[in-house]
Amino acid sequence: MPGPTEAAAPAAGLSLDLRAIGLARSVRGGRREILQSVDLIVAPGEQVAIVGASGAGKTSLLQIAAGALQADSGALRLGGESFWQLPPSGRQRVRRALFLAPQVPPLPPRQRVVTAVLAARLPSLGFWRGLSSLLFPLDLGAVQAALEPFGMAGRIFDRVDRLSGGERQRVGLARALVAPARIWLLDEPLAALDPVHGEQVLGLLCAEARRRGVTLIVSLHQAELAQRHFSRLVGLRAGRLAFDQGPDSIREAQWTALYDVPPHHGAAASTGAA
Amino acid sequence: MIPAARPEQPATGVPLRATGMPLHDPAARQRWASLVLGAVLLWPLLAATEFSPWKIFEPRSLHASARFLAGFFPPATEAGFLGNVALGAWQTIAIATSGTVLALFLAVPLALCATANLSISSLGGRMAPLPFAVRQGLRGAMVALRTVPELVWALLLVRVVGLGPTAGVLAIGLTYGGMLGKVYAEILESVDSHAARTLLANGSGRLQAFAHGLLPEAAPELTSYTVYRWECAIRSSVVLGFVGAGGLGQEMDNAVKMLAGGEVMTMLIVFVALVAGADGLSAWLRRVMQ
Repeated sequence: MPGPTEAAAPAAGLSLDLRAIGLARSVRGGRREILQSVDLIVAPGEQVAIVGASGAGKTSLLQIAAGALQADSGALRLGGESFWQLPPSGRQRVRRALFLAPQVPPLPPRQRVVTAVLAARLPSLGFWRGLSSLLFPLDLGAVQAALEPFGMAGRIFDRVDRLSGGERQRVGLARALVAPARIWLLDEPLAALDPVHGEQVLGLLCAEARRRGVTLIVSLHQAELAQRHFSRLVGLRAGRLAFDQGPDSIREAQWTALYDVPPHHGAAASTGAA
Repeated sequence: MIPAARPEQPATGVPLRATGMPLHDPAARQRWASLVLGAVLLWPLLAATEFSPWKIFEPRSLHASARFLAGFFPPATEAGFLGNVALGAWQTIAIATSGTVLALFLAVPLALCATANLSISSLGGRMAPLPFAVRQGLRGAMVALRTVPELVWALLLVRVVGLGPTAGVLAIGLTYGGMLGKVYAEILESVDSHAARTLLANGSGRLQAFAHGLLPEAAPELTSYTVYRWECAIRSSVVLGFVGAGGLGQEMDNAVKMLAGGEVMTMLIVFVALVAGADGLSAWLRRVMQ
């Protein structure tokens, strides 16, 4: 485990191993398959983008990978440990080493930005230090440093409900930089951002994860961005693995099948030149 | 009826009525059924309680109440009596406050353990059997605590600890502990738990997730409910005074027995002032916490 103050430099990335994942939900008039026999193996420090249309199962897959949702079938290993075979305390220990950022940033509206960001460091704080941090935030410098690259440093003492949707999302992602995590699972991190900010933020997250050696798994619906920033893309279509390969080897027909429509006409050309 | 869509209407979305068929609200039938069912169920209850409010307005009752109420004026204002009332009011506030604090010591741990939002085992999907059983057991304990009215607790405790405010404090603490615990647990389950669940999923402890995820959302509601319960405790400690648990209630019991309407009136006025004060405090606290 990282020491109490050493949250920013974990030892190495955590590996992820998902085998034959299946998930179904009962809906009115039967069952709907959310995920069917999905395999995903990610090495420590690797960077992977999960792409697919809305409703393809990206969010469920990330939740399952984070141990925040138990699949109906299949196995999850995090850092080599069979997650659901661990006792509850062991599961919570593994959860301390991962950072899951839901698409809607989990920021209480009445809280201040500084407190909401520091909450991501709670796993490495004791209860009493966490409690005192609620009243007197304990590491202002680290919060400032985490907000700075997202252009949010000036809003550190603002209340969350004063922020716009895009600003909330950037604050939510800044939490990753203070969390004591060895794997980042980011669900649609650009959903509320405009294209320019989206591009910057994605580049920043990839660079920061690489610098720290943290494993990075991002779900994205923008195929073009995923192709520019990731060397490995996992396509999900209607709950099944459509492809798992490098961006250059994905053919136009595969994209077409993934979204049932071409993602971007210029996309293939721009990556072909890279 | 609304005429068919005219061309000058803005073209937003589909026309209101695609066909000439009149629209029927699919929920209407169910709502009518609920209303009728409610009335059918309520009627036997009213019959069973012999509820006949018109009796108040019969000449005989009106005459009796007029005579009774006339005895309330003017309110008693002798210095010695007012001193007693002030002392009684102070004791009432003290009983209510200590009782509520005692209730908090019961309610906060019970609510934190009982609320499903802080369950780590339910992160994967369903709550594990043991935590589920513990939560149900705690809910049962809270039901038992609050089912016994504070008046009954006070009657029992007066036998144990003797006449005086101690019995009142313990009685309020026990009953209100059960009430506060139940409502706290429900408030914590009704606020947006997204932040707390995410903290748990990222490895935080339950108390950390509570303090950083749930409390910021729930604090105003928890505070306002606690102050409201404190106000109820003030009222309730007056009732407890009638069975010998001290405070304004004991004074009022004496005055009623001696048919001193003026003294009862004075105490009622003090009483309204106390409750109004609690209301003002609650409003102020909620404004501050916004």
